[in-house]
Amino acid sequence: MGGDFSLWVYLTGTPLLWLTVTLTAYVAADRIAAATNRHPLANPVLISVVFVGSVLAFTGTPYPTYFEGAQFVHFLLGPATVVLAMPLYERRATVVRALVPMLAALAAGAATTLACVIALARLLDLPAPIIVSLAPKSVTSGVAMGIAETLGGDPTLTAILVILTGIIGAILVTPMMEALRIRDMRARGFAAGLAAHGIGTARAFQVSETAGTFAGIAMGLNAFLTAILAPLALHLMS
Amino acid sequence: MVASLALILLAQLVGEALARGAGVPVPGPVIGMGLMFLFLLARDTAPGLPRLLPKPLTDGTLEGTARVLLANLSLLFVPAGVGVVGRLDLLRAQGVKLALILLVSTAASLLVTVLVFRAVARLVERRGGDPDA
Repeated sequence: MGGDFSLWVYLTGTPLLWLTVTLTAYVAADRIAAATNRHPLANPVLISVVFVGSVLAFTGTPYPTYFEGAQFVHFLLGPATVVLAMPLYERRATVVRALVPMLAALAAGAATTLACVIALARLLDLPAPIIVSLAPKSVTSGVAMGIAETLGGDPTLTAILVILTGIIGAILVTPMMEALRIRDMRARGFAAGLAAHGIGTARAFQVSETAGTFAGIAMGLNAFLTAILAPLALHLMS
Repeated sequence: MVASLALILLAQLVGEALARGAGVPVPGPVIGMGLMFLFLLARDTAPGLPRLLPKPLTDGTLEGTARVLLANLSLLFVPAGVGVVGRLDLLRAQGVKLALILLVSTAASLLVTVLVFRAVARLVERRGGDPDA
């Protein structure tokens, strides 16, 4: 046991272990998702998080220790956002043609999300700091945390709500669009990116590259618009 | 591969510097996306430029790197998602209410966005444009 334990102590001290666990969990989750024919409920982010979360709980590993290994994966979020430029560039003619519907949907979507969140939160009698933390929940996490912090919310709570929103949106989008019989992949992708930021965009890329492209655009535009509208909406609806 | 990564990181770095410097509420990587777009446009339109660039930036390697990253976008959210599991205690006090709000508002957000997009697209495309779904 002594030998095993020192091996464990050694391994948990390097980023190797948790990086490997993260990648392995994702590969397994992706296989499961593929086996279900990319069923919306078999969301690879959700399955991976459950796998890794169980391992951490079982081994009593604190999150900061895990993150030392996982940070290399987390870091790639930035570069992945930059390369959204490639599908955007390839489809620039389609995107330019859809400029008017995009801007209309952006304005309507961002305003609806804020109004809906704040109205529901007031109806359910949530305390003001939680309402502020909720308001930017459809926006990509870095910007959402910044908005919450500036307006007096709790950025950590916002980060959690943002991730949960992403997973909920990624699960809801396909069944909803099928039920509404919407086949326009531009509209479907744009909605996924606006409502569920990067996780919705990841889902959209699974369905179609056109959907993914429009999801990426919506994510970027909504970060900008919600940063402007959130303080306004919170003020108007207070 | 290295040249592609260097260019991607450079776009992000400049984007980050611009975002911080100008204090705009747009994440650095999103500005980096815009810069990358401009690079691609310049590469394919400016005469002579492709010859000056490292080969991986012009022979499709850059696009290949992008495809790999975007195909595995879900993976990149796992570390942050695992962080949520550890902080679910923050939700305990208002968990049911928060779950309800997240579900309803996300559904409303998807619904309004997609319906407005489709309605306006139909309106615009009926006047001349060709609808491409």
